[in-house]
Amino acid sequence: MSRIFRITVSHSILICGVLLMIVPLWLVFASSTHSNSFIYNEGMQWKIGGEFFDNYDRVLNRKGGFTKEITASGIFYNSFIMAFGIASLSVFVSMMAAYSLVYFKTRFSTLFFWLIFVTLLVPLELRILPSYQIVSDLNLLNSYAGLILPLSASAIATFFFRQYYRSIPEELLEAAKLDGANSWKFFIDFLVPLSKTMIAAMFIFMFVYGYNQYLWPLIMTTSEKYWTVVMGLKMIYGGNSVDRYTYVILSLIPPVIIIVFLQRLFIQGLFQSK
Amino acid sequence: MSYLELDNVTKIYPNGTKAVNETSLSISEGELMVFVGPSGCGKSTLLRMIAGLEDITGGEIKLDNRVINKVDPSERDVAMVFQNYALYPHMNVYKNLAYGLKNKGESKEEIEKKVNEVAELLEIKEFLLRKPGQLSGGQRQRVAMGRAIVRNPKAFLFDEPLSNLDAKLRGQVRIEIKKLQKQMGVTSVFVTHDQVEAMTLGDRLAVINEGVIEQVGSPIEVYEKPATYFVAEFIGTPQMNFINGKIHANKFISDEFECSINKDVKDQEVIFGIRPENLKVSANGSIKIKVDLIEKLGADSIIYGYDKSNNYLCYRENGNTKIKVNEEISLEIEDENYHLFDQETKKRLN
Repeated sequence: MSRIFRITVSHSILICGVLLMIVPLWLVFASSTHSNSFIYNEGMQWKIGGEFFDNYDRVLNRKGGFTKEITASGIFYNSFIMAFGIASLSVFVSMMAAYSLVYFKTRFSTLFFWLIFVTLLVPLELRILPSYQIVSDLNLLNSYAGLILPLSASAIATFFFRQYYRSIPEELLEAAKLDGANSWKFFIDFLVPLSKTMIAAMFIFMFVYGYNQYLWPLIMTTSEKYWTVVMGLKMIYGGNSVDRYTYVILSLIPPVIIIVFLQRLFIQGLFQSK
Repeated sequence: MSYLELDNVTKIYPNGTKAVNETSLSISEGELMVFVGPSGCGKSTLLRMIAGLEDITGGEIKLDNRVINKVDPSERDVAMVFQNYALYPHMNVYKNLAYGLKNKGESKEEIEKKVNEVAELLEIKEFLLRKPGQLSGGQRQRVAMGRAIVRNPKAFLFDEPLSNLDAKLRGQVRIEIKKLQKQMGVTSVFVTHDQVEAMTLGDRLAVINEGVIEQVGSPIEVYEKPATYFVAEFIGTPQMNFINGKIHANKFISDEFECSINKDVKDQEVIFGIRPENLKVSANGSIKIKVDLIEKLGADSIIYGYDKSNNYLCYRENGNTKIKVNEEISLEIEDENYHLFDQETKKRLN
């Protein structure tokens, strides 16, 4: 009896959570399949309408912005490149940084670690002017490299990798040394496969972080060709039209793809230390 | 012929701690040498210096006539079995065994042949495709051994490899290690704090205390003729009995009893040691104790008690004893089996 009660309670909580996530999404999706005037008059809809193909085709392929140089599909592509670049680079950089901090026992490695960690207190928004200056001096304005590089060193990911590496027993390194593994081999043959789940988790975090960037791309892109998702939402689809709903639904796809691919590893990474 | 030689090896840690102090030792080819001592005595440090996992502060280590002080661990041609096995958790057993060979650049066929041979020898063939996480403690132990054997090294180094096994398995594996080592004839160093392991495994023991080798010798030598007070105290369960006293005119004199000495020893303060099994009950024995505690182990009984001057003494008797707690018994020394140590230098006198 009490078991059934417990299951009922926990499942109701879970179902509530799912509904909380799904219902707004469904509302937006259903609304995105109606005609513009219908939505304008009737408000958001629960039922699916008949304009799905027309709406999605229009949003994906219509040139928007002031100079009509960019389509929504171009925007998604830009953001995907940016987020993917930030995620891959920051995972790579953090792993290397953590590796050197943990395994090369330099005298000030703890100090270096805290210096890296302190950069958390100086987010991009705070150093946006000097960052712009640097990127501009390097002639990287209006380029993918300019979008990616300033965001590709992550203190938090370095912290996670460092903590994880420290939990790996010292004997493993020693055994590997006796088996003839040099520093590079130990990294490739041991740390990378052992931290697979951690890599997946960090990749997803950094991907979403990169995908959600607004201020940095807004400041450093003057060409509409390099507009990103959140900018597009503001600049092109800010009005009260059905296209906005369509755009929101479409913008969900790239992160969802990443999560679908890495989901299994991601969950393991969050809940297991090994 | 000496094969693995330590010459005045010293280890001083950056913080000034002296872990190993000018230790010299030579181990001959095919020999199984056991380093035994209490925790923190420097035995593991010594082993790790041989393996190349610790820098050597002073002295020289030679393996097969080559000084290996500065040689990279992987080039020393030694294999180590770790206390927690240190198996590679993300590789299956086959890859665990093959990894070292792969790094040496051996061909795929060669590796496969060697791994299969070792797997057969250790009876781990059916686990080759499993990961270490899916193996039991004993099986992991075998894989760790296999990883050492497959490289066919000049020396095996064992760092307390049995301490994670339960008592029964430990006994079995101990015998297996001894057999394998003899069968393969590879020079080995085995570190342990367990004196039963040390006694049963070693061709010779090195008893280490505070970074210094107190005695090197065959297990029986070490047991019967401990060179120092520390060795006498450390080797043997139950512990040797000690009584403080002095020598006068070739006679040992304590508050409790006197006994003539069979060897010329100058008059001085000494510690008189006697093993529990070298005592026997005798009506006119000179050592009288009041029994305090009796441990019956089945095969023998161990009787503890205080003598008049409050030394806690222990006496071992075969079988199930009839002695009762609080009884007074008289003991005498059997066959002059006693040990004399200088009270100051703690060195053996007889």
